[in-house]
Amino acid sequence: MAAAAAHRNNKRRRFSPAPGPTSATAPPLDSLADELLFLVLDRVAAADPRALKSFALASRACHAAESRHRRLLRPLRADLIPAALARYPSASRLDLSLCARVPDAALAAAPSGSSLRAVDLSRSWGFGAAGLAALAGACPDLADLDLSNGVHLGDAAAAEVARMRTLQRLSLSRCKPLTDMGLGCVAVGCPDLRELSLKWCLGLTDLGLHLLALKCKKLTSLDLSYTMITKESFLAIMKLPNLQVLPLVGCIGIDDDALGSLDKECSKSLQVLNMSHCQNVTDVGVSSMVKSTPNLLELDLSYCCPQVTPSMGRSLQTITKLRILKLEGCKFMADGLKAIGSSCVSIRELSLSKCSGVTDTELSFAVSKLKNLLKLDITCCRSITDVSVAAITSSCTSLISLRMESCSHVSSGALQLIGKNCSHLEELDLTDSDLDDEGLKALAGCSNLSSLKIGICLRISDEGLTHIGKSCPKLGDIDLYRCGGISDDGVIQIAQGSPMLESINLSYCTEITDRSLMSLSKCTKLNTLEIRGCPRVSSAGLSEIAMGCRLLSKLDIKKCFEINDVGMLYLSQFSHSLRQINLSYCSVTDIGLLSLSSICGLQNMTIVHLAGITPNGLTAALMVCGGLTKVKLHEAFKSMMPPHMLKNVEARGCIFQWINKPFKVEVEPCDVWKQQSQDVLVR
Amino acid sequence: MDHSQNHIHDQSAANLCYQFGSDNPFLGMGIQQPFAPFTSPFGACSSTNIPHMDWDPATMLDNLTFIEEKIHQVKNVIRTMVDNGSQLPCRPGELGQQQQVVNADLTCLIVQLISTAGSLLPSLKNSSFLSHPPAGHTGIVKHVGSSSSFVPNELCSPEDYEELFKGFTDGAMEGGIEIDNVLVEELDAKDGDEGGDAGMDGEILPPGSYELLQLEKDEILAPHTHFCTICGKGFKRDANLRMHMRGHGDEYKSPAALAKPPRDTSAEHEVVKRYSCPFVDCKRNKLHKNFQPLKTILCVKNHYKRSHCEKSYTCSRCHTKKFSVMADLKTHEKHCGRNKWLCSCGTSFSRKDKLFAHVALFQGHTPALPTEAKTSSDQIGAVGSHQEPAKLPNSMGSSFMWGTSSGGNSALDIKGFDGCSDDFLSTVNFGSFNFSFGPADGFTGEPSGGSFPMMPSEHFQNAQKKGKN
Repeated sequence: MAAAAAHRNNKRRRFSPAPGPTSATAPPLDSLADELLFLVLDRVAAADPRALKSFALASRACHAAESRHRRLLRPLRADLIPAALARYPSASRLDLSLCARVPDAALAAAPSGSSLRAVDLSRSWGFGAAGLAALAGACPDLADLDLSNGVHLGDAAAAEVARMRTLQRLSLSRCKPLTDMGLGCVAVGCPDLRELSLKWCLGLTDLGLHLLALKCKKLTSLDLSYTMITKESFLAIMKLPNLQVLPLVGCIGIDDDALGSLDKECSKSLQVLNMSHCQNVTDVGVSSMVKSTPNLLELDLSYCCPQVTPSMGRSLQTITKLRILKLEGCKFMADGLKAIGSSCVSIRELSLSKCSGVTDTELSFAVSKLKNLLKLDITCCRSITDVSVAAITSSCTSLISLRMESCSHVSSGALQLIGKNCSHLEELDLTDSDLDDEGLKALAGCSNLSSLKIGICLRISDEGLTHIGKSCPKLGDIDLYRCGGISDDGVIQIAQGSPMLESINLSYCTEITDRSLMSLSKCTKLNTLEIRGCPRVSSAGLSEIAMGCRLLSKLDIKKCFEINDVGMLYLSQFSHSLRQINLSYCSVTDIGLLSLSSICGLQNMTIVHLAGITPNGLTAALMVCGGLTKVKLHEAFKSMMPPHMLKNVEARGCIFQWINKPFKVEVEPCDVWKQQSQDVLVR
Repeated sequence: MDHSQNHIHDQSAANLCYQFGSDNPFLGMGIQQPFAPFTSPFGACSSTNIPHMDWDPATMLDNLTFIEEKIHQVKNVIRTMVDNGSQLPCRPGELGQQQQVVNADLTCLIVQLISTAGSLLPSLKNSSFLSHPPAGHTGIVKHVGSSSSFVPNELCSPEDYEELFKGFTDGAMEGGIEIDNVLVEELDAKDGDEGGDAGMDGEILPPGSYELLQLEKDEILAPHTHFCTICGKGFKRDANLRMHMRGHGDEYKSPAALAKPPRDTSAEHEVVKRYSCPFVDCKRNKLHKNFQPLKTILCVKNHYKRSHCEKSYTCSRCHTKKFSVMADLKTHEKHCGRNKWLCSCGTSFSRKDKLFAHVALFQGHTPALPTEAKTSSDQIGAVGSHQEPAKLPNSMGSSFMWGTSSGGNSALDIKGFDGCSDDFLSTVNFGSFNFSFGPADGFTGEPSGGSFPMMPSEHFQNAQKKGKN
C-alpha cells in the first residue's frame, strides 16, 4: 500500500526527481549513472528478490531503471511473454521453465529484433517447428537455446533451429524423434556451436554425428549420453580440436574395440570424460583409452568396468593431471584400489560409492597415498570398519566432503575421529550410522560445515544438536530424517545458530512441535521444509513459517494431521514462492485447497488421503491453478472428477499420477522402522 | 508274350527317360546324347508348336482307345510281375525297375486322362491346365497324336496354363512355401550369373578343351527343371522336388532319398562344360567369330532372357524401366523412387550415407528434410521428374512374384483365370483333379486354398489397370 501511495505521489509531481524507497540516503536517481544504479539494484535483488518490485513501483524513473536493469525473465504463464518482453526490452534471458505449456503463438508473439540471447524451453511443451521458426526470426542474436525434454521435437524443429546462425549453446536432450537429417541441418546451420547436448537422441546414428564432428569444429562440450554412437563416429568426435567435455553415459556402442582404435591423432584438449554405464567397456578398453587422453581432469567410470584390475589402476598413471575420479558401483579386484592409490596421486575427488571389493587394507593403503584428497565418497562400502575411518581421518585431513552413508560397521568411536581430524569439512553424510552425541560434539570443530546429513542416526539427541548449532554458523542444509531422539530444543538450537539455513528435513521426528517451526521461521532463507510424519505440529506453526520464510518453495507436511485450512490460508497469503507441496493425510478441506491454488507458481501437488477434499473442490482447485505440471491424486478421484475437466488440466501441461496406496495413519517408531529396513537389506 | 513285354518295357523306359527322368535334363543331356530324344520316334515333333485338343468325337475316341490300350499294357506288366514273383524269386533291382516302369506308365495314363477330361469340359475349353515342360508335354502328345489329329489352341500359350497350373498346385500342395523358393531361386540365379560371367570373361579356354552344349530356346525358358515322376509337378530345385516326394510315400522319406544326390564321380573327370546361346549372331553363339562361351546353365538362362527376350517386367515405381529377368527388376525396385535423401542444393540420393558424404564435402550444403507430408509430392516432383510416389508398391511386387512364369501375357492370364475361376472353384469339376493328383499329395479338393494367394494380387493389378485407364 505504501509503495502504491508513493507511486501516486510521484505521478503528481511528474517532473521532480523521483525519490525511491531509499531516497533518504541515495541521491536523486537521475543523477546516477546506469552502471552505478544497476550495482545498487544488484545488491537489492540479492538481499530480497521481491524488493525490486517495490522499487519499480516507487516512481516512473524507478520503473524505467528497473526495466533497463532486469536481464532475466521468468514468466509464470506463456501469454505474458509479449508483455514481459515489451516492458523489459534489455532482457537477455527468457526462462520459460514455469510455463508448462508454451503454444507456438506465444513464441510467435515475441517482438522482432528482440535482444534475447538465451531461451529456456526445457520444461515446456506444446510448441513445434512453427514456434521455433518465429523465435528464430524474432531473436537474431540468440546464442543459447534449451530444448531439452522436447520429446515431440523432430527434424522439422531442428531445421528451424538451424536458422539461428549465432547459436553457441544448444540442448536437444530427449528430442527422440530427431534423426541424422535434423542434426545435419543443425551442424551445417550453426557453425559456432560451443556446447551441444544430444542426450537420449535415440534416432541419431554415426552418419549424423560424423557430420557434426566435421562441421562444428568449435565444439567444446558435447553430450552424447544414451545415444547410439559407435566406433564409426567416435574417432571423428575425439578429434574435435577444442572438445573439452564429453559425457558418454550409457553409450552401449562404445566398447573396448572403439576405445582401442583411438590413436595418437586424438585431440589432446579433452578434460572431462564420463563413461559411466557404458556396459561394453572393460578395464582393457580403459587402459588403452587413457593413452590417447593424457590431459583429462575428470574421469567417470561408474558402473562401466565390470572389474577394476591393478593393471587398469596403473594405466591411469598416464593421466597426470587427473583431479576427479569416479568409480561408483565398480568391482575391485585384489590390489585394484591399491594401484589406483599409488597411480593417481593427483586426484582430489574420489568416489567409490556402492563399490564391492573395497576392504579396509586396500582403502587404508589408497588414502595413505592420496593425502590431498578433498572429496571422498564411500557410500555403501559396507565392509569397511573403524580401520578405514582411522586411516582416512589421519591421512586426508584437508577433506571438505565426506560421504559415508550406510557404512554400518563403523563404530561411534571412529566417527568421532572425523570431527577431530577433518576440520575443513563442509559436507558430511553420515546417514544411517552409529553416530552419537559425542560424535556431534567432535564435529563442532568443523566450523565450515554447510551440509550435514545425519538421518537415521537414532542415538543423537538435542545435546548433540546444540553443539552443532553453536559452532556451525554456515550450515545451510541439515537432514535429521527419522532421528527419533531429538526434540524441539535441538531444532531451536540449530535454527538459532544457523541463520543461513536453506533446507531442513525433520521427517518422522515425532517429538517436534510448533515451537520448532516458530524458531525455524527466523531462518529467512529457508526454502525447503520437510516435516512429514510430525503429528504434533499444527497450523499455528506452519503460519509462522509462512510469514517468516517467504522463500519457501518446497513443503512436505504429509501426515501432519493437525494442519488444517488455516495453515493453507497463511501459505496462500505469504508463500508466493511455493512450487511443491505434499498435503497427504492433512486435515485440509476444499477451502484450504482452493486458497492454496491461488499461488500461481505452484507446480507440484500431492493430495492423497485427505478426508475433507471433495471431487468438486479438487476440480475447482485444479482449474484455478494454471501452472501445475504434476499432481498426485488418489485413484478413486479419477472416476469422480469430470473427465473433460481432467482433459482440460492435462492440456495445460499437467500430468496426473494416480496413487493407489492403502490408508495408513500410524507411524512406526524410528527404531522399529530401522530394524525393518535392515531386515529387508539382509534378505 | 515275352517279346511284347520287352517292347512295352523299351517304350516305357524311353518315355521315362525323356519325360520324367529328367531330374536335371540339361545335365542329362550332357551325359547321354542330349539331342537324342528329338530324333527318337517319340519326340520328333518340335516342342515350339504344342497342339491342343479341342472337343472332337473322333479325337476323343482315339484318346480313349489309347488309354484303353495303355491300361492293357500296364495290366500285362503287372501280371507278369505277379507271375514272376510266384515262380522264381526276382532280383530286387529288377523288381524296382519294373515298378518304376509301371509308375511311369500310370503317370502317363493319369495325364492323358486329365487332358481328355479337360477337353470334355466345355467351360475349360479355352484353358488347359496341364503342367509340363514343353519337352515332356510333346512326349505325351506324341503318344496320343500317333493316331489322332490336333487342333492347336491359339488362345493358350504354354506359359499360360503353366501359370494356371502353378496356382493350383502351389496353393494346394505346398501352401505358400513355393513363394519363398521362387524368391531364393531367383536371387541365387542372379548371384550365380554374376559370378559366372565375371569368372568366365577372365578365363580363356582354348576351343576344344571343353565340351560345348547348346540348349534350345524352349529348354532355356522352361520354368521347371525337375519333375515329379509320379504326379508330374515341376520344380526349380531338386531339393524342393525331394521335399515334395515325401508326400508320395514312405520310401521317399528315408534319409537316403532325401539326401542330396552325390555328384557323379565320373562327371568330375570329364571335360569342362561350356554353353552356347542358341541365338544366331549372338556373341555367345558358337558360330560367332569372337565366341565366348557361357559358363553355367544359369548364365545361359539369364543371358538369353536379358539379351533375346522381351523385357516384360516393368518397374511399378517409375513405369519406364523394363526387365526380362525378375531378379533385375527387384534389384531396381529396391532403389527406384527411393531417392528420398535430399540436399539443399536439390540433389537427391538413394542412400543416406551418400547424402551425408555430399553434405560433408560441400560448404553450405545442408540436408533437406523430406518435407512435410502435404507437399511431398510437389517436392519430389520438383527434384526429379522421373520419380513418382509409389502406388500400391506391394500389390505390384506380389503380382510379379506370382507371375514369374507368366511372361508378358499377364493380361491374358488374368482373363483366363477370371473367366474360368468360378467353374474351377466348384468341387464337381474338381473331382477329377482330385483323383488324378492322388490323395497322397494332400490335395483335398479345396481349390479355394489354391487360388486364394493369387487372387488379391491379380485383383490389385486389375484395379490398377482400371485406374490407369
